[in-house]
Amino acid sequence: MNNKVVIWSVLFLGVMGLYVLGEGAIFVEGARGIFASVILVSMTIYYYIDRASSGEEIYLRKIPGLQALEEAVGRATEMGKSVLFVPGISDLDQVETVTGLNLLGHVAEYTAKYETSLNVPVSKSIVMETGREICKESYLKSGRPDLYYDDMVHYISDEQFAYAAGVNGIMEREKPAAIFYLGKFYAESLILAETGNSIGAIQIAGTGSPSQIPFFVTACDYTLIGEEFFTASAYLSNKPELVGSIKGQDIVKLLVMIAMVLTVVFNGLYQAGWIAFDVLNLF
Amino acid sequence: MISAEIISAWVFVLLTLCIFSFLYKDNPFYKAAEHLYVGASAGYVAVISFWQQVQPNMFGRLWPSRVDVDDGSIFTSVWYVIYEIFNFISTGFGILDRSIFPEGGIKGFEEIRFIYLIPFILGIFMILRLVPKLGWLARWAIAYIVGMAAGLRFYGYLNSNVLIQIKASAIDFTSDWGTIVNGLIIFIGTISGLIYFFYSTEHKGIVGRLSRIGIYFLMIKFGASFGFAVMGRISLLIGQFNYLKDYSSSAYNYATPVILVFIIICLAIWSIMGDENKNESTA
Repeated sequence: MNNKVVIWSVLFLGVMGLYVLGEGAIFVEGARGIFASVILVSMTIYYYIDRASSGEEIYLRKIPGLQALEEAVGRATEMGKSVLFVPGISDLDQVETVTGLNLLGHVAEYTAKYETSLNVPVSKSIVMETGREICKESYLKSGRPDLYYDDMVHYISDEQFAYAAGVNGIMEREKPAAIFYLGKFYAESLILAETGNSIGAIQIAGTGSPSQIPFFVTACDYTLIGEEFFTASAYLSNKPELVGSIKGQDIVKLLVMIAMVLTVVFNGLYQAGWIAFDVLNLF
Repeated sequence: MISAEIISAWVFVLLTLCIFSFLYKDNPFYKAAEHLYVGASAGYVAVISFWQQVQPNMFGRLWPSRVDVDDGSIFTSVWYVIYEIFNFISTGFGILDRSIFPEGGIKGFEEIRFIYLIPFILGIFMILRLVPKLGWLARWAIAYIVGMAAGLRFYGYLNSNVLIQIKASAIDFTSDWGTIVNGLIIFIGTISGLIYFFYSTEHKGIVGRLSRIGIYFLMIKFGASFGFAVMGRISLLIGQFNYLKDYSSSAYNYATPVILVFIIICLAIWSIMGDENKNESTA
């Protein structure tokens, strides 16, 4: 075991000790489980970010949908058509929207590089402002600030189906060659994806909404399912701190799996009357 | 006799059929309905947000009814002078009647909550996007929203998506065989699904086989979810058709058949004229 693991473990125990001492006075009473989880998850992820930042090589398996992002923009360029980016209908308080906007930055870099027109209809004012900032920065980073204009990110409507109708209209009239659905989606997902499919655009979708993934899987060429979507930005940026966070999340998943197995085993033993400890009381 | 009910039925049928006309192709009826919907909903959301959120929840907390909070101090008097200044500005410098800032404060809360100055200031920062030199201040508001959402969601997701999920994975061995088998299937599905989302490990050997089982589980879930959502959509469609059928009666002056025939004739003429224009341009 290396020194860092020891230091982090001691730190974890120290913070937990502080919680126990201050429970009820400083910290919320009866939330030891969730407090320990927050600290454990944060420390695990930070530990791997630290390792990646210090130069450790981290292997990441390939995700086909991500490799297709640049290909789709390239295809739109070859066809002389625009690229449509749909960031969903939620505000910035949703993780999916934040992830979608991160990916917008990468797509905007590609469109700047290939000199392809980019259209980003949004349904929330704050998303519009953020989207503009992100696109502006991407065009600047790609050395093509001259190609950026504010209206490439434009507001349609806050109302779900009005937004869907507006985006459908854009698809039918502009006939973009590549469409990206990356964000938080609800019932409008199938309407959008079907219209995009009908105009023959290459479609790449990514969302964390489990109920909408089936529609994207059915109607799109590539779909980033759940966490594939959340890790996409780290994959594309290849920044050590982001890649490290993916490794950290993998370890958290491993811990969750171990916790599940232990829960099943201990619960079974408790129900069989072999032990007196009810593991479910921990949650 | 034409009543408000009949007029609303005709408007309902017209707009519904205009939207349905998209099934043929993008056309002027769809465009009109789309623009009407987008414009009306954007305006509606803006008004609702202001009168249901900003005015009562922000201004109402900053300047509650003065009768409830007036302690006779100079500070309170000065605070309500600011209120009057805002009122003066909002009424177009005294030209319009007061509505946003009613006489003597806004009813609903019984104490001044100065913490609401923070959203007020952040809101002003967002508006400052309109002033190019001060536009950068909007980033503070955006940073606040993203940071706040990340922290808030981290706790929420960890509790609901991780801890409660671990608890739910516990199989109840005291119940019947059906429930136990069901619990085992969910347990295997969750574990294998989690393995599919491992990125820092190559999906080969046992990991590859488990991740393949995971993707089968995911696809079965997506299929079931797809079927469920399609059934819901079909029931919505049936509901809409029921309205159209009801409005076909003489009580509504045969709204549905009349408008349907009108739209079909118009679309036929529009289509023929479009074809002629195309032929002329190619000739």
